[in-house]
Amino acid sequence: MSVERHSLEAPPELVARRRRGKVFQYLCLSATLVGVVTLVVLLADVLIDGVAWLTPTFFTEFPSRIPARAGIKSALYGTVWLMGLCALISFPLGVAAAVWLEEYAKKGWLQTVIQTNIANLAGVPSIVYGILGLAVFVRWMVPFTGGRSVISGALTISLLVLPILIIASQEAIRAVPGSIREASYGLGATKWQTVRHHVLPNAMPGILTGTILALSRAIGETAPLIMIGALTFIAFVPDGPRDQFTVLSIQIYNWASRPQPEFQHLAAAAIIVLLMLLLSMNALAIWLRNRHHREW
Amino acid sequence: MSERAIIEVARGAGGGAPVASLRGARSRTAKEAAIGGLLFAAGAVSILTTVGIIAVLVWESLAFFRRVSVAEFLTGTVWTPLFVPQHFGVLPLLMGSVLVSIIAAGIAIPLGLGSAIYLSEFAPERLRRFLKPVLEILAGVPSVVYGYFALTFVTPLLQPLVPGLQLFNALSAGIVVGIMVLPLIASLSEDAMNAVPRGLRQGAYALGATKFEVATRVVTPAALSGIVASFILAISRAIGETMAVVLAAGMTPNLTLDVRESIQTLTAYIVQVSLGDTPFGSIEYQSIFAVGLLLFAVTLGMNVFGRWFLKRYREEYA
Amino acid sequence: MPTIRVSANGEAALETRDVRVRYGNNEAIKGITMEIPRKRVVALIGPSGCGKSTLLRCFNRMNDLVPSAAVTGEVLFHGENLYADHVDPVEVRRRIGMVFQKPNPFPKSIYDNVAFGPRLYGRPPDLDDIVERSLRQAALWDEVKDRMNDNALGLSGGQQQRLCIARALAVTPEILLMDEPASALDPIASAKIEELIQQLVEHYTIVIVTHNMQQAARVSHYTAYLYIGELIEYDDTNTIFTAPHEKHTEDYVTGRFG
Repeated sequence: MSVERHSLEAPPELVARRRRGKVFQYLCLSATLVGVVTLVVLLADVLIDGVAWLTPTFFTEFPSRIPARAGIKSALYGTVWLMGLCALISFPLGVAAAVWLEEYAKKGWLQTVIQTNIANLAGVPSIVYGILGLAVFVRWMVPFTGGRSVISGALTISLLVLPILIIASQEAIRAVPGSIREASYGLGATKWQTVRHHVLPNAMPGILTGTILALSRAIGETAPLIMIGALTFIAFVPDGPRDQFTVLSIQIYNWASRPQPEFQHLAAAAIIVLLMLLLSMNALAIWLRNRHHREW
Repeated sequence: MSERAIIEVARGAGGGAPVASLRGARSRTAKEAAIGGLLFAAGAVSILTTVGIIAVLVWESLAFFRRVSVAEFLTGTVWTPLFVPQHFGVLPLLMGSVLVSIIAAGIAIPLGLGSAIYLSEFAPERLRRFLKPVLEILAGVPSVVYGYFALTFVTPLLQPLVPGLQLFNALSAGIVVGIMVLPLIASLSEDAMNAVPRGLRQGAYALGATKFEVATRVVTPAALSGIVASFILAISRAIGETMAVVLAAGMTPNLTLDVRESIQTLTAYIVQVSLGDTPFGSIEYQSIFAVGLLLFAVTLGMNVFGRWFLKRYREEYA
Repeated sequence: MPTIRVSANGEAALETRDVRVRYGNNEAIKGITMEIPRKRVVALIGPSGCGKSTLLRCFNRMNDLVPSAAVTGEVLFHGENLYADHVDPVEVRRRIGMVFQKPNPFPKSIYDNVAFGPRLYGRPPDLDDIVERSLRQAALWDEVKDRMNDNALGLSGGQQQRLCIARALAVTPEILLMDEPASALDPIASAKIEELIQQLVEHYTIVIVTHNMQQAARVSHYTAYLYIGELIEYDDTNTIFTAPHEKHTEDYVTGRFG
C-alpha cells in the first residue's frame, strides 16, 4: 500500500537519470567557467607583470633601448590618430552603405550580392586586409598616402571594420518601426528626408554603439598594421596623416617579442593601457545602448 | 510623380508660389537620385574591397608562380624562402596552421558547446546576464594580448607538465587561440539552440524527459547544423588568427605533428616577411601573396560552407 | 451552482481540490474542485483565456516549466497529490501523457519519435514491439510501417499529430491530456483524431481541451465549462449541451457569446 501511495516518487532509475543530469549540468557550468577564469587569470597576469611600470613617464616618453626610460608617447598619439581617421572614414561609409541596403536597395541580385559579400568580408582574416593595404595604399596610392603612413593604416583598418559597422547599423535601422517611415511619407516627405529626419535620428544610438564596438576591434588590431609597416621604433609623434606612426598594439608586440624580462613588463604595462581604453569604449557603448534603449 | 507634384502645389499654395514649387519638385528629384547614387557607392565599397583583395592576391601570386611552380608550392615539404637554398613548399606552413587549429578546436569545441548548452538550457537568468558579457569581453581581448599571455603565462605553466616543451610551441598558441574562438562557438551555438521551437522541448518534457535529456536528446540534435556551422566558422577564425601565433608559436617552418615544437603558420610567415625590409618585387615579397591567397581561399571556403550550413538549418524551422 | 460531482465509474482517475494557478499577480485558475472519472473522455470548454489549458497543464505539472506560475491546492492521482513534496514531476509526466495543439514531432525518424520515451528508461529489448503497438493504437501503423526511417517532419499535419499521440502512448500513460489536438488540422484529419479518441478511451482516461463545441459534444462523456478561471458547470455532456443548469453555460453553448 505504501508503494502505491508513493508511486510518483522518483524510482531508482529516475534518480540515476537525475544524477547524470546534474553531473552534466556541472560539466557545462565548468566549461563556461573556464572562459571566466581564463579572463580573470589573464587580467591578473597582466596587472601583476605591468602595474609597477605604469609611471607618469611611461606615458610621456618615447620608446627607448633602455627599458626604464621607455614610454608609449608615440604609440598613444599614433593610436589616437589612427582611431580618429578610422572613425572619420568608416562611419560615413558604413552608415551610408547600411542606409542603402536597408532603405534604398530593391530586393534582388544586387542587394543579395552586396549583403553576402559583406558577410563574407567579416570572416576574412585581418592579415589579408594587411596584404590589401600594403599593395593598394602603401604602394599603389603612394603619391596620395605617402606610403607607410597613418592614413594608409587608417584606410586599411577602416576596410577591416566596415563589415562590422555596416551590419550593426543595418540592425539599428531595421529596428526603427515602419510606422515612423509611413508617417513621414504621409506628410509628403521624400525618401531622403524621411531617412535623414526620422530613420537616422532614431537609429543613431544603435549605430553609435556599433561604431564604438567596431573601433574597439580596430584599436587592438596588430597584424594588418605590421603589414603596412607601422614601425615599432618611432621617437616622434605624427604631425599629419601622411606621417609614419606606431600604435599601442604594435608597441606591445615589439616589447613582448624581446627576451629581456624588463621589456616583458613594459609590454604588460602597455597592455593595461590598451585594455583600459578598450574597456572604457565598451562601457561607453553599453551606456549609450542603455540610455537610448527604447521599446517600440 | 504626379502625387508628389500635387503635394508640392498644395504646399506651394500656402506660400503663394505654386509654379516655382513644381520646378522645385524636379530639382528635388534630381537631388534624391544623387543621394541614392552616393549611398549605393558606399555599399559598392564592399564589393571593391573583395575585388581588390582577390585582384591583389592573384596578381602578385601570378608573378610568384612564374618563378615557383604551383605543384612545388602546394606539395613541397621544405619552406626556406629567407635563406639559400630557397625552397617554397608551403606544406610546413599549412601544417602549422592546421596543427594550431586542431588544438584550438580541441579546446574551443567542447568548452564552447558546453557553455552554449549551459547558457541556453541551465543558467539562471541572473547568472546568464553576468556570463554573456564576460564571454563578449573574452572575445574582444586583442590577439596580441593573447600572444603575450601564451608566451608569459601558459608556456611557463605547461613546461613542468609537458616535458620537452619549447619556449615557442604550437601547444600554447593553440590553447590561447582556442580560448579566443570559444566565445564565437558559444554564442552561435546558443543562438541555434534558442531557435529550437518551444514545442519540441514541451513535447519531450511531456514524455517524462529530464532537463538533461531535453538538452542532449532534443535541443542539441535539433540545433546541430547551427552548432556545426559555429565549429566551421570558429576553425576558420583560428586558421586566420595571427598575432597570438606569431608571439607564441615561433617562426620555424616545421612539418611536424609534435605540439611541443616551434612551428610557423601561414599567417606568421606573412608577418615575418613584413617585419623585415623585403624589397618590393622580390620573390620573398611575392611569396606572401601566394601564402595569402592560400589562406584567403581556405578561410573563405570554410566561411561560405559554414554560412550555407547555418542558412540550411534556419530554413528547417522557417 | 456548485460543481457537479461525477463518480459514476467508481474511482476517479484524477481529483482536484481547490486548485489555483497564479501568474505573478494574475490568478488564472480560481479554486477548481472536480473529478475526472476513469476511462472516460472529459472535455474542458470555455472562451479563450478562460484557463482551460492552464488547468490541463496542472494535471501533469507542465506549469512547473513556467517560472512565474504558482500552483496551490491538490491534484490527486490514485489518492496521491501530484504537488506533494516527494513527487517527481518527471515521473508524473510519464504516467500522465500530453498531446499539444500544434503537432510537435521531433526532427528525427518516425521510429525514433515513438521510441524516444521508452529509450529514456534504458534500452528496452522489445522496443520494436512497443513502437508497433503504439503506432497501431494511434491508427498510424498502416500508413507508416514501410517508412519508419523517414523524417517525421515529412508527414502530413494529421499524421504528425497521430504520431505525437503514438509517441505519448509508447510510455504507457494512464491518462492522456489533449490540448486542442485537432485545432491545427483540416476537417478530415480532425475527424480521424476524434475517431481515435473514441477508441483510445477503452484503455485510457482522456481530458481534452477544445474550443470546438461540436467536437466536445461528439467525443466526450462529460463536459466542464470554465469561465475566467472558474468552473461554472460540470456534468454529462448531454446535459451541458441540451439542458444546462446555468444560464451562463447555456449562453455559451448556444453560441450567444465566446
